[in-house]
Amino acid sequence: MINKIVRTPAEAVAGIFDGAVVMIGGFGEAGSPIELIHALIDQGAKDLCVVSNNTGSGHVGLAALIENRQVRKMVCSFPRSANSKVFPELYQRGEIELELVPQGTLAERIRAGGAGIPAFYTPTSVGTPLAEGKEIRVFGGQSYVLEYAIKADFSLVKCRAADRYGNLTYNKTARNFGPVMCTAAATTIVQAKQIVEPGGIDPEVVVTPGIFVSKVTEVGSPADESTLVAEDRRYPW
Amino acid sequence: MVGNDKKTGWNIHEMAQKVAHDIPDGAYVNLGIGIPELVAGEVPEGREVIYHTENGLLGMGPVPDSGQEDPELINAGKKCVTAIPGACYFHHADSFTMIRGRHIDICVLGALQVSERGDLANWSTGEEGAIPAVGGAMDLVAGVKTIYVISKHVTKSGDPKIVEQCSFPLTGKGVVNRIYTDLAVLDVTGDGLLVREMAPGVSFDHLQQKTGARLNQY
Repeated sequence: MINKIVRTPAEAVAGIFDGAVVMIGGFGEAGSPIELIHALIDQGAKDLCVVSNNTGSGHVGLAALIENRQVRKMVCSFPRSANSKVFPELYQRGEIELELVPQGTLAERIRAGGAGIPAFYTPTSVGTPLAEGKEIRVFGGQSYVLEYAIKADFSLVKCRAADRYGNLTYNKTARNFGPVMCTAAATTIVQAKQIVEPGGIDPEVVVTPGIFVSKVTEVGSPADESTLVAEDRRYPW
Repeated sequence: MVGNDKKTGWNIHEMAQKVAHDIPDGAYVNLGIGIPELVAGEVPEGREVIYHTENGLLGMGPVPDSGQEDPELINAGKKCVTAIPGACYFHHADSFTMIRGRHIDICVLGALQVSERGDLANWSTGEEGAIPAVGGAMDLVAGVKTIYVISKHVTKSGDPKIVEQCSFPLTGKGVVNRIYTDLAVLDVTGDGLLVREMAPGVSFDHLQQKTGARLNQY
């Protein structure tokens, strides 16, 4: 019998090892799997390369993982925001690496990683500093830059509903990077607001087919990151 | 006539109106963060425009009423928004397929500098020690069919933002189609910058003096 359900976030992230490449879903706080990230802080794996659009806010979630010095390198499109202090400070002190990737190229590199495509050409960033040193090729008179796929050892994703097969649906714009990250990791770990019986999600509306998912854990009342940031909470509590 | 700067030109709402006037009925539009967001409020009555936000929503509506905010329903600036009836959600690869696959008709962006050849610099001043952050800007300029820039004509210190060559790191090369400033509307063409319209009280000589590249009249 297939049953991808695990009881707790701690159990879900137990296997994450030092030096792993970890994709973390979310666009700002929307879709950020904060309970899985906090479980990873408790678990303590370090020297991680984290692929995520941003670098977190305040001192909780992804920002707390970085502040706990578990992240060697960030791959992201927008590493600063109104409430991000942890990453900018470490970056300016030269204590964390950054690979800056245009947002669409980031999504496509992850998609390619999940689809067995090793690399692709795109016009995005041609003629800019982000294309320097990269292979350029001309198709039909237009220049394109070669970008490589990204694969991960683990993806951490938040969704709205899941079943024991790992079929997922999401909530509004919290979907963002989740579906592509699910496809691109050797082990995909999901926190779901609700776990339903097989058939509880209409097959017509499944967004992530269960084949892309390894583990699902239910977090019925996920923390609201902006509330925690507004209260200046810090993890570990 | 070289007028008093405080009395000449358009204010930002008038600039946004100029942009909105050039968005046709039925267009799929992506608006950048900041001043470009004002364009949505200026679209003439009777036109249906569908707004795309790259974090996964087509059919973005106005900001929600107080108390109705949903932290999982946001725009690219991470502000709470609404979804219109008929809206749809999708993941990032689909969202950037819309952008990179040339499905979005118009993108309106701010600028640090625009060159006479339509090069755009709007993501970094290249300052030592600054945290570089690009987001979706390079994808938008590379993939959207028409790129409009809305920006003040000069910087706060009075330096031209429209220049022969950008000194800041580029977002894209030869990507801008039209520039809307407080002083004029300019078209970027193979023959250089063409003045499409000048704001009230602005003369061609005054405009040329405030511009770091050669202007041509239609």
